[in-house]
Amino acid sequence: MAPILEIDDLSVAYRSAGGDVHAVEHVNLTLNAGEVVGLCGESGSGKSTLAYGATRLLRPPALITSGSVRYRGRRITHGGDPVDVLTMNHKELARIRWHEVAIVFQSAMNALNPVLRVQDQILDAITAHLKLPKHEAREKAATLLDLVGIPRSRLRAFPHELSGGMRQRVMIAMALAADPEVVIMDEPTTALDVVVQRDILAQIVELKETLGFSVLFITHDLSLLLELADRIAVMYAGRLLETGSASAIMREAAHPYTQGLLHSFPSLHGPRRELVGIPGTPPDLRDTLPGCPFIPRCSFSIPACTEVDMSLAPVTGPPGPPGSHLTACPIVTPEEASQEGVLS
Amino acid sequence: MKSLANIWRNLPLKAKIGVGLFGFFVLAGIIGPMVAPYDPSLQTPLTMAGPSGQHWFGTTQEGQDILSQVLTGIRLTLELALEVGVIVTVVSVLVGVTSAFLGGLWDDILSLITNVFLVLPPLPLLIVLLGYLSQQGQTATVVVLSLLGWPWGARVIRAQTLAIRGRDFIDASRETGEKNWRIIVFELIPNEISLIAASFVNTVLYAIGASVALAFVGLTNVNSWSLGTILFWAQTDSALQAGAWWWFVPAGLAVALIGTSLVLLNSGLDELGSPRLRATRGTAKVAGHKIWPTDPTPVLAQLQSSRSRFGSFVYSFSRRSMLEGNAAGGDL
Repeated sequence: MAPILEIDDLSVAYRSAGGDVHAVEHVNLTLNAGEVVGLCGESGSGKSTLAYGATRLLRPPALITSGSVRYRGRRITHGGDPVDVLTMNHKELARIRWHEVAIVFQSAMNALNPVLRVQDQILDAITAHLKLPKHEAREKAATLLDLVGIPRSRLRAFPHELSGGMRQRVMIAMALAADPEVVIMDEPTTALDVVVQRDILAQIVELKETLGFSVLFITHDLSLLLELADRIAVMYAGRLLETGSASAIMREAAHPYTQGLLHSFPSLHGPRRELVGIPGTPPDLRDTLPGCPFIPRCSFSIPACTEVDMSLAPVTGPPGPPGSHLTACPIVTPEEASQEGVLS
Repeated sequence: MKSLANIWRNLPLKAKIGVGLFGFFVLAGIIGPMVAPYDPSLQTPLTMAGPSGQHWFGTTQEGQDILSQVLTGIRLTLELALEVGVIVTVVSVLVGVTSAFLGGLWDDILSLITNVFLVLPPLPLLIVLLGYLSQQGQTATVVVLSLLGWPWGARVIRAQTLAIRGRDFIDASRETGEKNWRIIVFELIPNEISLIAASFVNTVLYAIGASVALAFVGLTNVNSWSLGTILFWAQTDSALQAGAWWWFVPAGLAVALIGTSLVLLNSGLDELGSPRLRATRGTAKVAGHKIWPTDPTPVLAQLQSSRSRFGSFVYSFSRRSMLEGNAAGGDL
């Protein structure tokens, strides 16, 4: 699979009077064509900052302090040379946004304007990014609703006349308006109950299969990603701690933090076990954190942890395609980590 | 004291200028009559004299010292405006909050009264009433201006109260058994403080304008010294035709500057009350460069490699920096 979006060494800081808040620190993440990559981490771990920083949607005081974001879409890269999103100006960004990279924003309740009909909002997106005659745009809007499984008759509905799940579907339909190659979904199902959540996820996977876009799926729900994603990236305190295929993460999670996450929700199958949370709270991102940011909460921490340079390295030991499962923790091996009750 | 210093530091520049200017005039109002070099009504043989070392602002046709008149007049004008401001704000908060919070019949009655006062034509009414009461002096003006000034604030505050009353935290405090007055004073009013402050400042501005205008046409006790009566006498004794600019310019300028300070104060208060307004309005400064809210997220390397501080400062004034061309002040 060819990489379509390569985030390389990206750092984003928020300038504040009390010093820079390092929300994203030297993150490398690759999204391949047709792939669903799940980005998972707790609140404030920098997941959204990473996604919005890479698309340059953050407002001041946000500042990208290092890195590059290379996009390699079929339509805009002639001859295969990637374009760097971080050196683009307004016009170039306007061409990329929605056409190439679309975003489904967090909480559909707030992202839809309550006083405009659904149709007008979809048409807004279409007319802003595609030059279509009016009747074609209207037809396109209806097709988009068909795609996400909402009857065309709902085009004239106001957002408050739709259920939460339908509103979220409308948001997804809008994101797909210009046939993007990458769709970033920022917690699209957080406010929904599990049944609707499941419906929408199934829909996303189906749409991905038929339309062939790639998905960067941001959530704090690791269990959901294990079902949905091809690859999972685990983020903590602005750093990536582990990336790997969903099955690798589930079976042999290498980083103690990932282990902690896996231990904090119940599994439907398998033996009963005691759920263990992760003690402590995340660090203050204004401090410079030497080595691994997870040290204070990690039961494996040893003095050498402060020397760790937090770059991702292949997990030693388990078989599998080399280089597919990376961890930032050189101290703990997966076998050690997966022993029962290590986090207490 | 420390928190006061903090508030001052966070105040937008506009508000700081406004506070400084208004503070200057309040000071002049307090100590003005004491430091005035002459009795403002004292008539001397030196008539219609231009500014000099003896009379800094010159003299009137009767030989009165204009500096003393202005210093005395600022007190009376400010006194009147602040009185009107306090009365109007108290009445409009009372009426607005009560009618919105109690609802039902109370709301109907109070809204009706508000609307009736709202449609009374202010200027003709002021002229008629003050023409009848003009010998009563300052008090009559205060009463009449307050009577006609309160409905605007009351409507705005009623609307805001209606919006806040529907929020969950009001329901929650009612559930926990708080009394109505407690909900109003501790839950509701703090949410409207910036609105109330702005309405107060606006009212003071209105009172100064109206009182000066009314005094100018002679509808007040013209034998007391206020900024308005100075202008009245300047007009009556045709200062303009005589070329005695020093007669009306100081008083006029004082009115204009007080008005300016209040407008600055008002918009500053607005931003202080809602920090979001501050964040979305205008540019932010990142790494020495001005960044518009609509700019893409700036990239540090480009900011540092691009134009000088001065260059980017100049460039940031052009709309191009926002609309097209280079990203966030960067040469690409």
